[in-house]
Amino acid sequence: MANATVATAGAPTRPVRYGSISQSRRWALRWSYFFLVLFAIFFLMPPFYMLVTALKSKEEIAAITNPWWVYSPTLSNFIELLTQNQYLIFFRNSALVSICVVVVTMLISVIAAFSLARMKFWGSAALATGVFLTYLIPDTLLFIPLFKMMTFVRETTGIELVNHWWTLIIIYPTLTVPFCTWIMIGYFASIPKELDEAALIDGATWMQTLTKIFIPVALPGIIAATIFCFTVSWAQFLYPLAFTTSTTELVLPVGIVTTLIKGDVFNWGQIMAGALLGAAPPLIIYAFLMDYYIAGLTAGATKG
Amino acid sequence: MAQVSLRKVIKKYDEVLAVRGVDLDIADKEFIVLVGPSGCGKSTTLRMIAGLEEISGGDIAIGGDVVNDVPPKDRDIAMVFQNYALYPHMNVYENMSFGLKLKKTPKQVIDQRVRTAAGILDITELLDRKPKQLSGGQRQRVAMGRAIVRDPKVFLFDEPLSNLDAKLRVQMRTEIKKVHQKVRTTTVYVTHDQVEAMTLADRVVVMNAGLIEQVGTPNDLYHSPATKFVAGFIGSPAMNFIPCQLEQAAGALRVRLNDKLAFPVPDGRTARYTSFVGKPNLVLGLRPEHIAETRPHTEPNQHDFEQMIEVVEPMGMETLVYFTINGAEVCGRVNPNAGATAERTMKLRADLSNMHLIDDTTGKVI
Repeated sequence: MANATVATAGAPTRPVRYGSISQSRRWALRWSYFFLVLFAIFFLMPPFYMLVTALKSKEEIAAITNPWWVYSPTLSNFIELLTQNQYLIFFRNSALVSICVVVVTMLISVIAAFSLARMKFWGSAALATGVFLTYLIPDTLLFIPLFKMMTFVRETTGIELVNHWWTLIIIYPTLTVPFCTWIMIGYFASIPKELDEAALIDGATWMQTLTKIFIPVALPGIIAATIFCFTVSWAQFLYPLAFTTSTTELVLPVGIVTTLIKGDVFNWGQIMAGALLGAAPPLIIYAFLMDYYIAGLTAGATKG
Repeated sequence: MAQVSLRKVIKKYDEVLAVRGVDLDIADKEFIVLVGPSGCGKSTTLRMIAGLEEISGGDIAIGGDVVNDVPPKDRDIAMVFQNYALYPHMNVYENMSFGLKLKKTPKQVIDQRVRTAAGILDITELLDRKPKQLSGGQRQRVAMGRAIVRDPKVFLFDEPLSNLDAKLRVQMRTEIKKVHQKVRTTTVYVTHDQVEAMTLADRVVVMNAGLIEQVGTPNDLYHSPATKFVAGFIGSPAMNFIPCQLEQAAGALRVRLNDKLAFPVPDGRTARYTSFVGKPNLVLGLRPEHIAETRPHTEPNQHDFEQMIEVVEPMGMETLVYFTINGAEVCGRVNPNAGATAERTMKLRADLSNMHLIDDTTGKVI
């Protein structure tokens, strides 16, 4: 401190304009907050409308009042929905399907990505590209051939695959595995080669290298893939609509639409309440895993 | 006992020969440094010893056993990588003990070995830290610790100091030398930095274009390089190469650099050089320290000459002067007080007793 004082005392006195940097930073912040608020309003509008409608009684929904406000809030929609057996079955089916699909997908794609990214073998590059190309085919084109395959299975083995909720566990990975494998290939490829060479010299087998080094280091990537996989399975609409019909076999998105819309009668209050409750699990998972995700990203996995 | 021997080792990538038949014998406890420009095959050679690259031809033996097809983990080697390759999710202790754990070594033995190695490297208080909490030098120490705890037959270092700043590099160089003096394990060390090679090695292996140019002690390489490549690669600033002709005048040999400048060849070398009189493509090799300012007292084989100085670089303890002879840029090292000034002529003195004559057609030192 003493030195600093001496130095300043000897320095030429010249008027210096302070704060220009902090001022420009302040303006940048103001603009970013402005747009953040704008986007937040834009994106929160539909959920807010869902919430408002879910809290209204049938009469209030039908009445000509301000649609963006609820005057006599009621939980009747939620109570009716949750006391109905159907909704709970849809919820259970959705949860089981999504969890199983996440497990199956991650088991396949982590191992597939590791071998494609690290164990150079004949055709590994072509295979990796092939995996990605598979993802580019839209699912609307795939469900007819998939249906044909299921019919073929029934004709040859007698096992009925159509109209079972667990069939979706076989079908969804056709969407999730290619994409998750692709994410993981990218993530594994970013891990320095020396890390597995060090493990190799340390005496680790390929499997040990994967479980003890790659999976912990690539955890942020694995979490990103898991989030993606869960979201896809939870929100999938087309496949369950095509492959399941009985009320006991339906998953949430299809179940709400098919049971709460009867002909041209829309049970808006319950539809909104159901959708709101259905959006909760992904929300909770995002909130919980995002912390890990961001922590993982900033941990400096490799040399810094 | 862990000698390492390479016999006609070849590495081919598709049709490209990266290593073109390397023969090398490394004695037990020896510190060998492979040095050369990038792409010379030194790292590939090291990786072949480690078992990280398959060899395309020849034999590699560690401790007398041919290990061509032995996987890395069974070669009893330890390797330190350029970017440390520490496991980022493990702390220092776990990093160091990982290999031993995989080998199912008893816990007490692991603990004792980790602590001994940590003591040698002075990282005992870092054992609980994660790699990201360490500085570059500390990470390098941990990487070395990981190698030491395994008590391997051979240490392999792949440019371990390249990621460190200049000051730390010098410090760690000394550390590595100290560790080798304590641990006495056969070591193969790869670097592109000739200073590192000279300071660390018992013997230096200079590689170029997939072949060994010369193997020798640091002093051997410096004072008696076998080829123009070694002569130019070892030493900083590099050796001067001046195109010249060898002529016989009045029974004595002379190296003629241009119309005005010719130096007599030292007596001890005349016999060796005689057959090259009048031959084309000869180059005089003279290190910068053998070109200095003139002094009153003359030793044998020292010859004064005058030159127009083009560039002056004061280094503190010495001053480098640059000038051109026969189209070649020449560097000399003069005393800072000798009054070297750019674009002025200066009286210089060449000491020919350490000259080298190079046949530029073969690249060999005569």
